[in-house]
Amino acid sequence: MLADKDRIFTNLYGRHDWTLAGARERGAWVGTKEFIDSGRDWITNEVKASGLRGRGGAGFPTALKWTFMPKVNDGRPHYLLVNADESEPGTCKDREILRHDPHHLVEGCLLAARAMDAHLAFIYVRGEFIRERQNLERAVEEAYEARLIGKDNIHGWDLDIIVHHGAGAYICGEETALMESLEGKKGQPRLKPPFPAGMGVYGNPTTVNNVESIAVVPEILRRSGAWFASIGRANNTGTKLMCVSGHVNNPATFEEAMGESFKDIIEKHCGGVRGGWDNLLAVIPGGASVPCVPGEKIQNAIVDFDGLREVGSSMGTAAIIVMDKSTDIIKAIWRLSAFYKHESCGQCTPCREGTGWMMRVMERMVEGRAQKREIDMLFEVTKQIEGHTICALGDAAAWPIQGLIRNFRHVIEERIDQYTYSSTSDGAVPSIAAE
Amino acid sequence: MANIKVDGQLVEVPDYYTLMQAAEAAGAEIPRFCYHERLSVAGNCRMCLVEVKGGPPKPQASCAMSVKDLRPGPNGEPPEMFTNTPMVKKAREGVMEFLLINHPLDCPICDQGGECDLQDQAMAYGVDKNRFAENKRAVEDKYIGPLVKTSMNRCIHCTRCVRFTTEVAGISEMGLLGRGEDAEITTYLEKALTSELQGNVIDLCPVGALTSKPYAFNARPWELTKTESIDVMDAVGSNIRVDSRGREVMRILPRINEAINEEWISDKTRFVWDGLKSQRLDRPYVRRNGKLGATTWDDAFIAVAKAMKRPGARIGAIAGDLASVEEMFALNKLLASLGSGNVDARPAGSVLSAASGRASYLFNPTIAGIEQADAILLIGTNPRKEASLINARIRKVWRATGLPIGLIGENAELTYNVQHLGNGSDTLNDLVAGKGSFAELWAKAKKPLVIVGEGAASADVLASAAKLATGNAEIAEGWSGFAVLHNAAARVGALDIGFVPAKTGADTAAMLSGAVDVLFLLGADEFDLSQLGDTVVVYIGTHGDNAAHRADIILPAATYTEKSATYVNTEGRVQMTTRAVFPPGDAKEDWAIIRALSAVVGAPLPFNSLSQLRAAIYAEFPHLARIDSIAFGKTADITKLAKGKIKGGSTQFVSPISEFYLTNPIARASAVMGECAATAAGLRQAAE
Repeated sequence: MLADKDRIFTNLYGRHDWTLAGARERGAWVGTKEFIDSGRDWITNEVKASGLRGRGGAGFPTALKWTFMPKVNDGRPHYLLVNADESEPGTCKDREILRHDPHHLVEGCLLAARAMDAHLAFIYVRGEFIRERQNLERAVEEAYEARLIGKDNIHGWDLDIIVHHGAGAYICGEETALMESLEGKKGQPRLKPPFPAGMGVYGNPTTVNNVESIAVVPEILRRSGAWFASIGRANNTGTKLMCVSGHVNNPATFEEAMGESFKDIIEKHCGGVRGGWDNLLAVIPGGASVPCVPGEKIQNAIVDFDGLREVGSSMGTAAIIVMDKSTDIIKAIWRLSAFYKHESCGQCTPCREGTGWMMRVMERMVEGRAQKREIDMLFEVTKQIEGHTICALGDAAAWPIQGLIRNFRHVIEERIDQYTYSSTSDGAVPSIAAE
Repeated sequence: MANIKVDGQLVEVPDYYTLMQAAEAAGAEIPRFCYHERLSVAGNCRMCLVEVKGGPPKPQASCAMSVKDLRPGPNGEPPEMFTNTPMVKKAREGVMEFLLINHPLDCPICDQGGECDLQDQAMAYGVDKNRFAENKRAVEDKYIGPLVKTSMNRCIHCTRCVRFTTEVAGISEMGLLGRGEDAEITTYLEKALTSELQGNVIDLCPVGALTSKPYAFNARPWELTKTESIDVMDAVGSNIRVDSRGREVMRILPRINEAINEEWISDKTRFVWDGLKSQRLDRPYVRRNGKLGATTWDDAFIAVAKAMKRPGARIGAIAGDLASVEEMFALNKLLASLGSGNVDARPAGSVLSAASGRASYLFNPTIAGIEQADAILLIGTNPRKEASLINARIRKVWRATGLPIGLIGENAELTYNVQHLGNGSDTLNDLVAGKGSFAELWAKAKKPLVIVGEGAASADVLASAAKLATGNAEIAEGWSGFAVLHNAAARVGALDIGFVPAKTGADTAAMLSGAVDVLFLLGADEFDLSQLGDTVVVYIGTHGDNAAHRADIILPAATYTEKSATYVNTEGRVQMTTRAVFPPGDAKEDWAIIRALSAVVGAPLPFNSLSQLRAAIYAEFPHLARIDSIAFGKTADITKLAKGKIKGGSTQFVSPISEFYLTNPIARASAVMGECAATAAGLRQAAE
């Protein structure tokens, strides 16, 4: 369990002053000049030593991503782009940083920008985050006023920060769609390659990082990469903001060390599962886009990137959605399908056509109005979408259904049987016919 | 160059090649919908997925990934791609299934049937069963103008039309609205497209979502006879395919010719075909007692002969915009043998002539050469109306290099940024004198291109243009930047064979004001005939248009789809049309009419067949025998032209074309062109 002294986000619940004065009291902006002066390679190496993996869902090593930026500037400006378009259902961690600890992010921007030779950082804030954006903008203003950032600042590394407000589309959280949207175009993902590090915003080298990934950087540098690496298991180091929602006694967002067992985390922070552990049906451990895990399998699972992969799911954004036995699991997954159908950008074929198809089949399965052979068909359709699309939204739409079929096939079959039993001789089902 | 193995076969290709191009180089076929080699890469249909080794472990879109994106193997083996593995087959079947689930099964009533990419590729790469049990999506059809019919249920969202209209046609009037499966292609407010190249989206659409409105439900592709021919609507000489059924032309499509039209044609070229069927002159007519009456060929010929044989009768001939080399040559010979040098094929006042050398009236840098220019000056021309495809070329080079483009003449929206320098000769003189900021840009150009509109081509303007084209300090070796943009298909051919007044002959202006007693109008409908007086007018032409109303004797002739005829385009490229259908009624091919007439007037021309006629032409003008090639003019002629004195005087340049859709008798007879003109003028709103 994470000791209080190891917490990075000390104002997660907004109980203290979030402005510059308060943040400074809690240790922000201390030693920043020194880190900047230590240079680009030192920052990157320290972050590499910390083993920090991207907190946005994919878990790609952050320092490695930074090293993809051109080593020698070819005349084009470099950009840091912070993805604050947190829209994954179940995820509510970045907003806590934005509204309660924004200076972690602003300071992180400066340090990360130094590590990638950037003098301009964009922060793309989700359209629905109004208060969060106001706090963040205020924090950026404060930093400008205190000459912590901006031209000729006290740290000796020029950095401008532009806070950009999205219009509320889930797809704009995809890094290349985010760039399109930032440029004022329709939020549709770009083809990769070229990758953002070569051709990003306005055709210039860009690194896109999650809010949390950037916000933890100052503390890593202050306390050393080794400290961060000492928390958690190898390859899954550090602390992580987790958001638990659903059928637990106290849903909460909290910071916890990686590598703890699922049961311990829920017991400690959320007061256990509603109705006891025997009442646990399933858990979606990483935000809407990862496969669900049956209750008995998850209880002793280790909550980190590798631990959750072992149980057939993924860490994602660490947004843990807990469902007890009162849940209609088919309907729950159908709701996610409806979400992905609604948020598909419509650019490429498998996702545009497939998300609607999957949702409609799921809709029938919720009632049981389907054939058992359609379960396999549905699984095959998800496989036809997964990996065939421009961006990962296709995969995200496919995985929840795959998780459902893999783990709860018997539930779907029972539903279908039930529907068939209650049909009359001419095929009509009374409850449906009455509608 | 890079090595790549395609299905085990090693090929060497340039490293900027996409995987799709590499596969093509290796002879492997890759299906595609959204990819088009002349448009930007969208990568959204996902039909071209291939498996790669040395790249990501999932199927990759071969249209978007280039060979250099793949890494070589651990021991330096070349990267590999596969187009025939189970993974690829499954990916294609999957994408095809997704495309078809919401595509209506209305092939039997779809105009694209038989030439549909989706149909063909479904046969080759799809599966024969359907697992989709839900309702299909329904999308409302959109009004996007009088030419393109929409059936949006069929749309597969490849966005080729959006990319074409924004990139090539230069209008941002089409787009993909909405998101996910509710995404729709539309013109935003259902307004008619304002491009004169919009018909090309019909060819680009891989399904039947965008089809030809005038051609709707008229024919099936497999019942049409395809004839490769040349367009005569402007002086570009676009390569076309005329599709006919029986005696009717059913539609006109482009043929690929990189040097001229790439694979686009203008709407006038594409949709003029209904004008070939209406207002046609199908019998000879003779005016008696003030009224035109139908008659026989013999009677008409005798009437012409009688008029010509009046003692002292002065005879003249004017050739119109659509006249071919053959008939002009024959008519020229006939008049010459009767001792008349009163022939002209130019608008009144034009000074273009073969006397100053061929280079003085050609588009010397060639159409494809526009792409090499590094500065362009347009003088007295609106290329968008006069030669839409040349305009598209200018836009292409502008998009690629952002070169400076100046315009002297009427200002117009040309789909690219132009600096409007002024309206007339004063501005031109200033530019020649090196005044103004554009002159500074111009002086730096190594490949300056001056395009002079035919309407502005006075002796002064030609001399100034030649000065500007040749005057720069550094002109690239072999670059010839002097270009005359003609706006009629007949003009260059006429100048080539000397269909201009002999030394003592009357020119167009003189003939039109009554300098001759008998005037032959060879399809000449664009002239002001009101000052002719009692001149006997013999009209050899195809449509009951301006000249037919004034004519005393009408000899019905053949249009460009009804004869094999030679045309020389504005670059000086010699091309030949092919007969697709026969002329209607008693109408005959023009050269044959003139040959027959020559016998009646007692001066028989020395050829009895088209091949003999051509032999005579080629003997006199050998360059006309080299079909599809250009006999380049001499640069010395332009240098000489540049030395010409500028007399001065102030004139305003006016483009000769005011209404793009109605420039010739065929277009004026076309109901579709009439509707286009009305729509463009804002007289007609969306039908719905």
